[in-house]
Amino acid sequence: MLSSGYEAPQTVEEAVTLLAADADARVLAGGTDLLVQLRTGAPAPTAFVDIKRIPGMTSMEIGTDGLHCGAAVPAVEIYENQTLCSLWPGLAEATDLIGSTQIQGRATWCGNLCNASPAADAVPALIAVGAQVVVAGPNGERTLAVEDFCTGPGQTVLGQGELVTGFHIPAPAPRSADAYLRFIPRSEMDIAVVGAGVSVTLDASGTISTARVVLCAVAPTVFVVDDAANALIGSSLDAAALDNAATAASAAANPIDDKRGTVEYRRRVAGVLTRRAAKIAYERAKDRG
Amino acid sequence: MAKLHIETRINGEPTEFLCEGQQSLLDALRNALGLTGTKEGCTTGDCGACSVMLDGRLVPSCLVLAAETQGRTVDTIEGVASGDQLDPVQQKFLEHAALQCGVCTPGLIVATRALLEKNPDPTEKEARFFLAGNLCRCTGYDKIIRAVLDAAAELRGDAA
Amino acid sequence: MSERKFKYVGTRPIRHDGVEKVTGRANYGADVVLPGMLQGAIARSEHAHARILSIDTSKAEALEGVKAVVTAADFPDIPCEWKGGAAGGTDFGELSRNIMARDKVLYHGHALAAVAAVSPEIAREACKRIEVNYEVLEPVMSLDAALAPGAPILHPDQEPMGIESEGPTNVTNRLAFEGGDLDAGFADADVVIEREFTTPMVHQGYIEPHACTVRFNEDGKYSIWCSTQGPFSVQMSSAIVLAIEPNLVKCTPTEIGGGFGGKTTIYLEPVAMLLARKSGRPVRIVMSREEVFRASGPTSGGRVRMKLGAKRDGRFVAGDCEIWLEAGAFRGSPAGAAAMTGLSSYTFPNFRIQGYDVVVNKPKVAAYRAPGAPISNFAVESCVDEMARELRIDPIELRLRNAVQEGDRAPYGPTFKAIGLRDTLEQARNHPHYKTPLGESQGRGVACGFWFNAGMQSSAIVSVNTDGSAVVRTGNPDIGGSRVSLAMMAAEELGIPVERVRPVVGDTESVGYTDLTGGSRVTFATGMAVIEAAQDAVQQLRERAAKIWGVDAKDVKWEDGIAHGCNGAADQDPMPLKVLAPKLGATGGPVVGRAQVNPAAAGPGFATHICDIEVDPETGRSQVIRYTTIQDAGKAVHPSYVEGQMQGGAVQGIGWALNEEYLWDDDGVIENPGFLDYRMPVASDVPMIDTVIVEVPNPTHPYGVRGVGETPIVPPLAAVANAMRAATGVRFEQLPMSPPRVLEAIDRNGR
Repeated sequence: MLSSGYEAPQTVEEAVTLLAADADARVLAGGTDLLVQLRTGAPAPTAFVDIKRIPGMTSMEIGTDGLHCGAAVPAVEIYENQTLCSLWPGLAEATDLIGSTQIQGRATWCGNLCNASPAADAVPALIAVGAQVVVAGPNGERTLAVEDFCTGPGQTVLGQGELVTGFHIPAPAPRSADAYLRFIPRSEMDIAVVGAGVSVTLDASGTISTARVVLCAVAPTVFVVDDAANALIGSSLDAAALDNAATAASAAANPIDDKRGTVEYRRRVAGVLTRRAAKIAYERAKDRG
Repeated sequence: MAKLHIETRINGEPTEFLCEGQQSLLDALRNALGLTGTKEGCTTGDCGACSVMLDGRLVPSCLVLAAETQGRTVDTIEGVASGDQLDPVQQKFLEHAALQCGVCTPGLIVATRALLEKNPDPTEKEARFFLAGNLCRCTGYDKIIRAVLDAAAELRGDAA
Repeated sequence: MSERKFKYVGTRPIRHDGVEKVTGRANYGADVVLPGMLQGAIARSEHAHARILSIDTSKAEALEGVKAVVTAADFPDIPCEWKGGAAGGTDFGELSRNIMARDKVLYHGHALAAVAAVSPEIAREACKRIEVNYEVLEPVMSLDAALAPGAPILHPDQEPMGIESEGPTNVTNRLAFEGGDLDAGFADADVVIEREFTTPMVHQGYIEPHACTVRFNEDGKYSIWCSTQGPFSVQMSSAIVLAIEPNLVKCTPTEIGGGFGGKTTIYLEPVAMLLARKSGRPVRIVMSREEVFRASGPTSGGRVRMKLGAKRDGRFVAGDCEIWLEAGAFRGSPAGAAAMTGLSSYTFPNFRIQGYDVVVNKPKVAAYRAPGAPISNFAVESCVDEMARELRIDPIELRLRNAVQEGDRAPYGPTFKAIGLRDTLEQARNHPHYKTPLGESQGRGVACGFWFNAGMQSSAIVSVNTDGSAVVRTGNPDIGGSRVSLAMMAAEELGIPVERVRPVVGDTESVGYTDLTGGSRVTFATGMAVIEAAQDAVQQLRERAAKIWGVDAKDVKWEDGIAHGCNGAADQDPMPLKVLAPKLGATGGPVVGRAQVNPAAAGPGFATHICDIEVDPETGRSQVIRYTTIQDAGKAVHPSYVEGQMQGGAVQGIGWALNEEYLWDDDGVIENPGFLDYRMPVASDVPMIDTVIVEVPNPTHPYGVRGVGETPIVPPLAAVANAMRAATGVRFEQLPMSPPRVLEAIDRNGR
């Protein structure tokens, strides 16, 4: 294949029709994974289906029921939205960690999710805040929890003709907050060696009533660590709760040895980041009390 | 497959060109349009040498398809100076000796202007993080950061 | 040394090529366009070690748009033969085999065939259609593997140099320097430190990939436009590889987007030449970033065993340094330079240095900024730091007690003239940085470094224009601001503002032979040629003024760009160059000054670096928080660009110390051939790099200039490691000090 087609549908229906008719066509949102894969040897698709001309794909809205965000909103617009930053600071920070400023002018949540890398930065932060992903396809629209979207490295639940059209994040409960930390060797420009997203809700006395702990880059997919969350719930984030959460995170981590980190190192750092992210989320939630 | 006919606006000029579906904006700028000021360092979005503005937003032109620019505006290093006047960012890069080989310089100047549009008074740390996607192997970044902060001061009208 | 007062030297004018570079107008290797130009691409080996049984290019040739395909069969079979000394040289047969594999592929990425087509996409697709039959061999991916009994031998027919070998070996060369009585020295020592250090293969990391464009004319002449540090060496090497006369090759250097030594050899040029000849059309080849990592010339991974003996009072009495360097697929690592520089900062009454060159199935190394020196220096300066701890002597004080000075003899032979090592150490000791208190999890390290600097051949032409301005033409591509420095030296002699001197980088047909931009030699040696050429022009100008005035030339002096009568001609009105220049035509024609130099020795460069680092004890991640470089520049012609060399070299060294490394899988496939996972420092990884320029004039240069480009990368590996030792209590003997390695070491140390 020396030449690919380029399509810029104006509606979701048109996009679905194009994708349904051609299994080798690929959705183009920001292109920061798709085009990189192409440059490094992946076969060219028969056509790029650019979804950015579809109304709604590149806009977002924050209301009383939370955030509705189009699939192709670039990272920079997300973390520069002050309302979003104040409601979901961890999610904003995770989005701000994806690649360089240049990459953030292109990269999208939709791409970060559909690329289905276990090391995606936005995905654990989305899961931590209970984000849902909206999928359109030949059989209409369906909505599912972000944690149910990826099935393995590079694998998702999307069927032929389906595409992500947007995300919905429920408004945060009172006295709740999120945080995301990732570990990389440099200060910028690396893929996560480990990432940890945490969200907590406090009761009026400052005790954690609900929590979510999500890890990336330590398993085939980004995943929720219930044991770590349970270690936090019921505590006021005392040292024992933090230790238990960290231990649970390390225990749940099931990483591989690769060029970016070893099994032992990733397990260890998963605990460290869980502890640190939990502290940040807890302090933020307290401030909202 | 027939080539695509793209109408766009580059550095303020209405521009038409032909491209293939998979062709990058970087490739179109350099090879179809002769705008070789935008440099290719990696084609994978890791070096920043190909930075351009697309609809006012800083992007790596290697990871933009040329076809995507239909009806949009693209601004490159060639459009930074106006008339016979260098942009203050360009002038400060010269004064601070913020370039050695110069191949990362166009991307850095485009990115610095994007930074200063958003944040006219960046701290050293903010400048370093904003520009972390622009690799420079010659300077160790010291003189670049000094040039950026001085350009910011100049643009704000502060005495240097 | 002259106490000359300089007017332009030592100032900071804007570089002449600056506007073109900040506006995007400057043309680099990949920016050259010729009418009818084809695009080339290279098919590369997917195996690290294999015999080539056959190559079938027919499917590539059949692809529409393909205009030429070449393989090693199209190249002359140049015999393999080492040319040059044991410490440095070239084997053009091996150079040819590196450019295009002949019988074996020797690394993942080794060129096998090349295609010229009407578009890069078609050229790349054609490369994919080239079918190669291999007999896959076991790859040799480390020094240990290369030296193991029964190891696969890369070049079974090759005789090693400097060693006796029973049967074929992967060791190709041994170089040794000895002095005094080593055993007696160590017997005399009160304290002996002995350790073994390893460093990974690392890449120069220039941002501009290799690129060249070639046109072939039917009269047999080739024109090459390429990004290179040495147009004359491109001309010479390409001609030898293709077995043609060098005069058939013209090389025009484009602007160069970084090299650091990596663009001192050739990869693409002969390939593009053959494709251009075969297709009858100009051909451009541009490497991808992945190709740069896989198939250009990084620097060696190494192993250094260092043994240092000292008396209680800190005097070094013995040093023994054994260096093993990976050459990559063909012999020619910088083991010689690593050996020659390793012990050169201190006096050792008893010493031995041995350097070994070992071939492995990795890309053939090329020069990288002070080639070899950072590797041996890392070992030596780490041991010196350990010795300071053992003896409870301040590390700068210990170094001062042993630092070489004028009159000391370097282990590799020559006796030092005036040098500035002690001055840099004194400055370091008195620098506020050295006295600033540190916080928790922070540590400070110090290290020195040495590089010889090169002289070699340069020519220069200084021509006076009719408006009294001047042009300086030299043959050195400007890699970091050398043009402005050369113009400043011409301005100094001519006595006209540097803005009125236009510096030009010539091609191989517009300037006399000039060795490459490398060895920190341009401002030194080419600068010397420029000064002499400008002096030649000034002499001619004095003669013209004398002629106009009807006096003898000895009665005309030249000051600040003005001819003044003196002695018997003192009553003449002074004549500025602007007035004289338009009269040149009527007084004998144009004034053109020329000079050529070939200095045998250059003034060596020394530096002392101070590094503060902060380590996260829970993740092992470190951040350099303060860094100061102090270096003897002899005389800083353009201080900004001297500082720039110091800062850039320091940050490259920090990258080498902390994160950079090639990663290979078990089959010898490179796992990180891109900037994402090669991890060079980005802007947010480093602090401002403070600089102190020391000026101990170099007695071999008319202005006292020393080369400054390479020395800055020599100290950082140890400076960072010594800081890490202070922050963590762990002596790191293996680079890079990446977070997993640091965390593991902290753990081990804590137990």
